[in-house]
Amino acid sequence: MDFSFTEEQTLLRNSVARYLADNYKFEDWRKFTRSETGRDPRHWAQFAELGLLAAPLPEAHGGLGGDALSTMIVMEEFGRALVVEPYVPTVVIGGGLIDRAGSDAMKEEFLPRIASGESVMAFAFAEPQGRFNLADLATSAKKSGGNYVLSGQKSVVLGAPWADTLIVTARTSGGQRDAKGVSVFLVDKNAKGVSCRDFPTVDGNRASEITFENVEVPAARLIGAADEGLALIERATDDAIAAHAAEATGAMKMLVDATVEYSKTRKQFGVPIGKFQALQHRMVDMFVNYEQAVSITLMVTLKLADDAERAKAASAAKVQIGRSGRFVGQGAVQVHGGMGMTDELNVGHYFKRLTMLDTLYGNVDHHLKRYAA
Amino acid sequence: MDLTFSPEEEAFRAEVRAFIAEAKPSLPKALGAPELATRTKDDYLAWHKLLYKKGWVAPIWPKEYGGPGWSVTQRFIFNQESANAEMPTTLPFGLSMVGPVIFTFGNDAQKKKYLPRILSGEDWWCQGYSEPGAGSDLANLRTKAVREGDHYIVNGQKTWTTLAQYADWIFCLVRTDPNVKPQEGITFLLIDMKTPGITVKPIIVLDGAHEVNDVFFDNVKVPVENRVGEENKGWTYAKFLLVHERTGIAGTARSKKAVERLKEIARSEHVDGTPLIETDAFSRKVAELEIELSALEFTELRTLAQEAKGHMAGPESSILKIRGTEIQQRITELTEEAVGYYAFPYERALGANEYPPGPDYAAGAAGRYFNMRKASIYGGSNEIQRNIIAKAVLGL
Repeated sequence: MDFSFTEEQTLLRNSVARYLADNYKFEDWRKFTRSETGRDPRHWAQFAELGLLAAPLPEAHGGLGGDALSTMIVMEEFGRALVVEPYVPTVVIGGGLIDRAGSDAMKEEFLPRIASGESVMAFAFAEPQGRFNLADLATSAKKSGGNYVLSGQKSVVLGAPWADTLIVTARTSGGQRDAKGVSVFLVDKNAKGVSCRDFPTVDGNRASEITFENVEVPAARLIGAADEGLALIERATDDAIAAHAAEATGAMKMLVDATVEYSKTRKQFGVPIGKFQALQHRMVDMFVNYEQAVSITLMVTLKLADDAERAKAASAAKVQIGRSGRFVGQGAVQVHGGMGMTDELNVGHYFKRLTMLDTLYGNVDHHLKRYAA
Repeated sequence: MDLTFSPEEEAFRAEVRAFIAEAKPSLPKALGAPELATRTKDDYLAWHKLLYKKGWVAPIWPKEYGGPGWSVTQRFIFNQESANAEMPTTLPFGLSMVGPVIFTFGNDAQKKKYLPRILSGEDWWCQGYSEPGAGSDLANLRTKAVREGDHYIVNGQKTWTTLAQYADWIFCLVRTDPNVKPQEGITFLLIDMKTPGITVKPIIVLDGAHEVNDVFFDNVKVPVENRVGEENKGWTYAKFLLVHERTGIAGTARSKKAVERLKEIARSEHVDGTPLIETDAFSRKVAELEIELSALEFTELRTLAQEAKGHMAGPESSILKIRGTEIQQRITELTEEAVGYYAFPYERALGANEYPPGPDYAAGAAGRYFNMRKASIYGGSNEIQRNIIAKAVLGL
């Protein structure tokens, strides 16, 4: 039993942390998230340079062969800096799906381009009627010669305005919520019949509502076997849950530290407010919630490769992270008082990101049910 | 980062498991009952004595004083296996509390006199810390010891003294200097419970158990040689004791077993013909509990890993006390809830040969819930633990 990080892992953490501290300051974040494009693409190029985009990908295809722990480390640091770059949809979900189930040709075509930063992906899985059920799909894909023809609508596809390639779930057979009959495709965002309505999200990201109208997708762009995609995307979303759990712990850490610091300087009734026991206990509970989040993140990260335990571990993590994130976020705003309510201070933006992370890939209620099932 | 155990550690686990399997059938039946007070003194000591014979009774003691020389991981494995087999725990007062104080701060004569008898179970110890006016504010204690020649004369009252009715010895914090800061006038004394002037009075707690006591001292003569360390330095030793070996306090292995029990009960109880465990409301509560427990288990492992590398568990271990006890309380609460109407019967009011009405698993469920409210009060209340984190970790 050993919970220490290797030298390589520590180096990775330090290099990400240093890059972000120097180049991804909150003032910059505020500017580029409000710019027309919503991000500064130079950062993505730098991530490629630092090897972050290649980190978990296989060495045979331009990757560095890292494990889930390297993703965890990168995501914790991203969380501390509120990074909006589409790392999870591109590297974790796209890279993971293609590496695990893609054909050799597909791996050859996409993985090196993910690693080099040339390709950005978005995961189009949610639909207006489906809420958190990955199998509830009204989008259909019908085989026609060498192509599939896709029609349907996808909701709130995060990072889609920045993507060139969409990972799309669609029904190739069965009823609307059947487990069998789900297929996963890589779709060129510029393909005829794809239309996007782009919009900003409350947490500083960008997303699109996407309509597919008889979009022709070559059969070679099917990931894995037709009709058997549900297990693939469950695995991919569990990977994403672990990655976002790490992101959330980074954001929580930042909020706990900022709140404790603030309470030492802000004075009321002639003393720093951190001297008041009611606030001390609230901050201690924030700290305990953060520590429990760190623990559950480690737990799910170490269990991702274990098919028997993965789903349960991911749901447990999602519940703990959802709870801890809300508790820490709300507490940080409360202790900061009026300042916590302002758009100007970074605290509120971390709170908003944590709130959205609770919803992403299913909220506490959804995962409690999945855990108990 | 690695969650697996080495082949040597797995071999050790097998050895522990085999020992437990052999020992278990010979233990008194009362040890299987989770309630403290249904056990006699001999019941408590039965498991202690088997462990003593095996050389395993004091996992945290150094080898030179009779400890087994286990690593942190071996201790963890032993705890895990004991919990899985629902073995009783040994009492902490001698083995985890006064023993370490004596081998750390005591003189050679004290080590020679007391340590072997703690190991063997010959001496039963109890803890004389709390007083009616000194709970969370322990340093406010008033029990007075006045030096007269080769003796201290002790007067005052200790309270909440667990199982003092069986004790041969009590380790006490007493006030030897009333004219200095409260922490600076305290002395650590070892007192023979048979000394004239000591009276033990039972306190009955919410589940009807005689688990704690008041202990009165009326001109009790204590030889000066029974003082540990220096006069007026007792607070240092007392604090050492409070932080020594805190990691076990999370109790995650036992809580996991208790959750299994809870789920068995919830499978047997029915709501409109559906097992309770399958109802949305109850299954949700159990899932929440299990998830909190998995997070705590990893927090405990992280602390152990730090300890294995030689970093003493610091004030962060207060997290283990807070979350560990909250979870233990929640388990007993949900168990009480699960048994429904059969939480009502008061077993202690029944005759010795009367079976309580209702299923076996319902017996004691309410009592354990009431009794476990103590967990967030003892050992430094959970509010005090939060004060410790606020001060020592967050720097507030």
